[in-house]
This record gives sequence, structure tokens and C-alpha cells, in this order.
Amino acid sequence: MTIPEGAFVVLLGPTGAGKTTTLRLISGLEKLDQGEISIGGRVVNKETPAQRDVAMVFQQYSLYPHLSVRDNLAFPLRSPMLKTPEVEIERKIAEVASVLQISDKLDNKATQLSGGEMQRVSIGRALVRNPSIYLMDEPLSSLDAKLRTELRVELKRIQATLGATLLYVTHDQIEAMTMATHVGVLNHGRLVQYGSPREIYENPNSVYVASRLGLPRINILPAELFGLTGNGAAQIGMRPEQIRQGSGQPAEVIRVEHLGDQTRLHLKLQGHDITTLVDPHVTYDVGSNISIEPNDPLYFDDNGNRIF
Amino acid sequence: MIAGLELPTSGEIYLDGEEISQRPPSQRDIACVFQMFALNPHMNVRKNILYPLVSLGMRRADIKAKVAEVSNILGINDILDRPTGGLSGGDRQRVALARAIVRDPKAFMMDEPLGALDAEFREHMSEELRALHDRMKATTVYVTHDQLEAMQMGDKIVVMNNAVVEQFGEPQEIYDKPATMFVADFIGSPSMNFLRFEGAVQKGDNSVTLSGIRLAVPKQLQDLQGDLVFGVRPEQISFTDDGAYRGLVLAVEYLGTTQIVTLETPNGDLKARVNSSQVINVGDRVGLNFNPATITLFHEQSGRAIVSELNSGVLANG
Repeated sequence: MTIPEGAFVVLLGPTGAGKTTTLRLISGLEKLDQGEISIGGRVVNKETPAQRDVAMVFQQYSLYPHLSVRDNLAFPLRSPMLKTPEVEIERKIAEVASVLQISDKLDNKATQLSGGEMQRVSIGRALVRNPSIYLMDEPLSSLDAKLRTELRVELKRIQATLGATLLYVTHDQIEAMTMATHVGVLNHGRLVQYGSPREIYENPNSVYVASRLGLPRINILPAELFGLTGNGAAQIGMRPEQIRQGSGQPAEVIRVEHLGDQTRLHLKLQGHDITTLVDPHVTYDVGSNISIEPNDPLYFDDNGNRIF
Repeated sequence: MIAGLELPTSGEIYLDGEEISQRPPSQRDIACVFQMFALNPHMNVRKNILYPLVSLGMRRADIKAKVAEVSNILGINDILDRPTGGLSGGDRQRVALARAIVRDPKAFMMDEPLGALDAEFREHMSEELRALHDRMKATTVYVTHDQLEAMQMGDKIVVMNNAVVEQFGEPQEIYDKPATMFVADFIGSPSMNFLRFEGAVQKGDNSVTLSGIRLAVPKQLQDLQGDLVFGVRPEQISFTDDGAYRGLVLAVEYLGTTQIVTLETPNGDLKARVNSSQVINVGDRVGLNFNPATITLFHEQSGRAIVSELNSGVLANG
């Protein structure tokens, strides 16, 4: 996997896929069994974390509880390896605090902050440095939805403004879609597809990759349900926008979920579950039938690999 | 207060027609599920589940049957003899649920039951909970700060702010017809856009003027003036080449089927949700159309929605 300079690369995958492990290998917190890691053209396999010049943000804020926000932010700059002059430290802290909107909390003790503020300090502690790469492990997942949306936009803006290189781990696909320049999909330790969010969404190379992005999840059904076997197609994938209503096979309405801006319709078609999106203001009765058919679906063989 | 873990200082609580506000928890037929599971650490799974039935004095054979039934429903047969210690968050929550269900109570109180589960698993578990509810038809009061969870799970939603009920209604209703700016902002992601302007509204008006441009709204049923807010949801905004009210595109976020476009307008920033097939670039200047039938006007100081033909039915209920 190559992470270009200035890229925002998101590693996407479920628990156990190897996302955090990859991050820890790059940072040097974990030892490689085989292979090579190079940063800026330099092979770093034998280097310690401190030597690799990476900055890391963890899922659990990990602030120094006995220090103030200011001192938490200053800590990495005061390390004997960097030996930053105090004047420079002050300047850096002010700049980062302003960008993360925590300037008024600088003198608070690290424990006197809300969850969102703690996470911002945690991110700030990485941003005060200018490493080759920032490594972030699900930094927003323990925050409530509203704060997550705000910080998502802020992080993207900071990264774009600083031109920073970022490797970001998440299982949240909205984060992947909106923030990434590149998405790396992991499956049990293997990188199965690497490309822009749009590519991964529109052109997945397998059922697994297709299922990683898209809310609600893509519907994977036997191709024969709609008579679409041929050329080795065993399964078809239909996202809501690839399902046409009004003709095709009858499906029973099992549940109607009103989410405000969209309504999710849960259907059953010959024993298969299908979820699609419909206009919020049309009424669907549970137990009634609607006709559906695929509209330019994705085709997969029986190993789950994409054919066309 | 409903479960009896706190006593109200005033007011009444009726469960199945009976007033229970001063009764201790043990005398209310209500089972609770908490965020931190609260399993008995020194008992194994089976014991945790049958304990409440033992306390109720149920017969052994009946207890055995009940536990079997409930562990089948929750799919925890294979962990019944395990200690609670090594269980995953999801399994612990299933055990907590089993312990609550086994009593067959009149109602369940669930306090952020998914809060301690890892984010990915939460989605799966919320589907499980909803399916469980549908199967058992159990009256449930469910607390969450996650508005999406509320919309997905609830038949009805009570939106609370500072100990006051701001709105009580079906998910689609409170989404389409928010009673206050707090509700409008809290439900929906991205939240409702608020365009602020100074103006006056009179009974019978069907438009307002923002930065000199007239925008259509549902027929207003109140007289009000001062600092007002024009509320429009992201998916109710569309772009047009001509169009008097204009915005400057600040950011575009691709979400697969749709994209979120952030724009700067004369009355503030707003977010629009449009189809991904539309080509939009940062820096574009576009005309904006707001779907008139969906607009809610608010009075800034009180935060309350101005009564109109759109929401008069809903606001009448309080």
C-alpha cells in the first residue's frame, strides 16, 4: 500500500480486519514478521517509534491527567529529541488550539474537559508536531453523533489546510466517504481494494468490498431470482438506487423505518431480505406486496468476486 | 422515576391504570436494562437470568422453562454456564436483556443499553433489540442521545431538553414538523438549516423576505415580528441556474448515492443534500430552491416554531 504525500488514507474494515495492527506496525509499536515499511523513501523496519517521526492519536484520549491542556499539547515538543525553544512551543500551541477551538481551555486540567474537548486535545497533541505522517485510530468513535459530524469536517479542513499526510482507521463508512482521498479495504489482514471513495463505492471488486460502503448495506441476492445468471454470474448486488419499483418480482413489506429524510423499507423476496430506500411521504403497509427488479446491478461469481 | 429508582417530588405515574409513583421498584412490574449491564459478577449467566424469578418465588420447573425460552429468543444457549466475566459486550447485554425479559413485566426501561458497545456492533444490536420488541410486543421506554437510534427504534419519540419535554410524537412527524429549534436541530443529520433574518409574519402570509428576496412558506397562522428563523432541511434544497436566492459552494462531501453541499448564503451557511449525479464544485455560485411546503419558521428568542398550516395539528398537542 502506498500512501501519497498529502493524502488522507482511510483503512476500512470490521473488527479484527487488521486496521489497528497496520497502524501500530507503521508507528513501530508492533514488530513486523515480514515485509518492509518505508517512510519518505527510508526503510524504517529497525527504527523505534520515536525515530520514525510519526504522531499517533488513539481511540481512548490518553491525555496526561495530571497536566493542563497546555502542558499536554507542549509535552511532545519538550521531548529531548525535538528540543523546541519555548517561544516556538507557545506559538505552536496557540495555532493548534485556535484551529481546534480549544483556546479557552488551555489552562484547564486535562480531566476538566468534556469528551469532545478531550479528543480535540488528543488530536492537538499530534498536530503540534510536524511528523511525516499522522496515524489516527478511530479518534471520533467514542463521541456522540453531533460532535462526530462537527469534528469530521474540522479534521478534513485541518488536513487539507496543512497538506498533512494522514492514515486514519475507522469502521464508520460515512467518515471514510467524506474524509478520505483514498480508502484501503482490509479483510482478515489483507488489503483487498485501494482507491478513491467513489471508486470503492461504484466499482467494488467483491461482495465483501461492496458491503463495506453504502447505507443501507448493498443487497446481495442469487442472480437466478431475477433470471440474471449467464456469463458465470451467481450473485447480484443491488444498492437502493439500483432497485426499480413498479415491475419485476413481488416482495412483501416486513418493516417500515422512518428516518426523517428517508424511509427504509425492509422487504422479503422468496425468503431473502432486501432493504431499500423510499420517499418518506408515501405510505407502505406492512404485509402488502410491491414489485421490484434490479436496475443495472453489480454481478459477482460464486466466490464473491466481481465479474461486471 | 418510572422504574422507582427515584421518587418524583410531584405528579403521578400510571402503569396499566394503577398509580405507582410512590411505590418501591420491587412493587412495580417494570424491568430495567442499563448501559453498563449491571450483571451479578459472582454468578454465571444462567444464575443471573433466573435470579429474579427465584426472588419472585417461582417453582423450579417453571423457572427452568422460562430460562430456556428466553435464552432461545436471545440466542445465548451456548453461554448459559459461563461466568459473566469473560463475555463480550454484546453477550453481556443479551444476558441483561434476558434477565429483564424473563420476568414478563408490564414494561421495560432501557437506559442507553447500546452505549457501552463498540460502535460497529451497536448497529447490529439495535436491529436485534427492535426485532425482539416486535416479537414480544413489550411496552418499552428507551433512553438514548443518539437521534438516529431514536428514529430507527421508536414508535414514538419524546425529545427532552433541560428537563422539559419539547415534543412528543411519531418520528416522521417530529422530523417534518418540529415544535422548537432544539428539536429541529437535534433530529436529522445534517440538522435542519437555520437562516436568520429580521422580519414580520402575519396570519395568512405565505411568504417571507430574506435579504430582499421573497421565499414561499406554508400559510402562517400567527402574528409575530422580530428576529425570525427560516428552517429548511438539507434534502428540501435544490439547485437551479436562475433563482433569485443564491449561495456560494464552500464544500462538497460525497456519500455514495447523495452528496452534502455546504453553501454560504446572505443569511448564513447551510447544508444541502442532493443526488451524487449532480456536478457541483467548490466555488460554484448557484440559485437555491427551498421546497415551500416543508418550511418551518421559528421565533429566535423563544425558539418556538411559528404556527402554520404545516404544523398546526402537531403543535396543538403541545
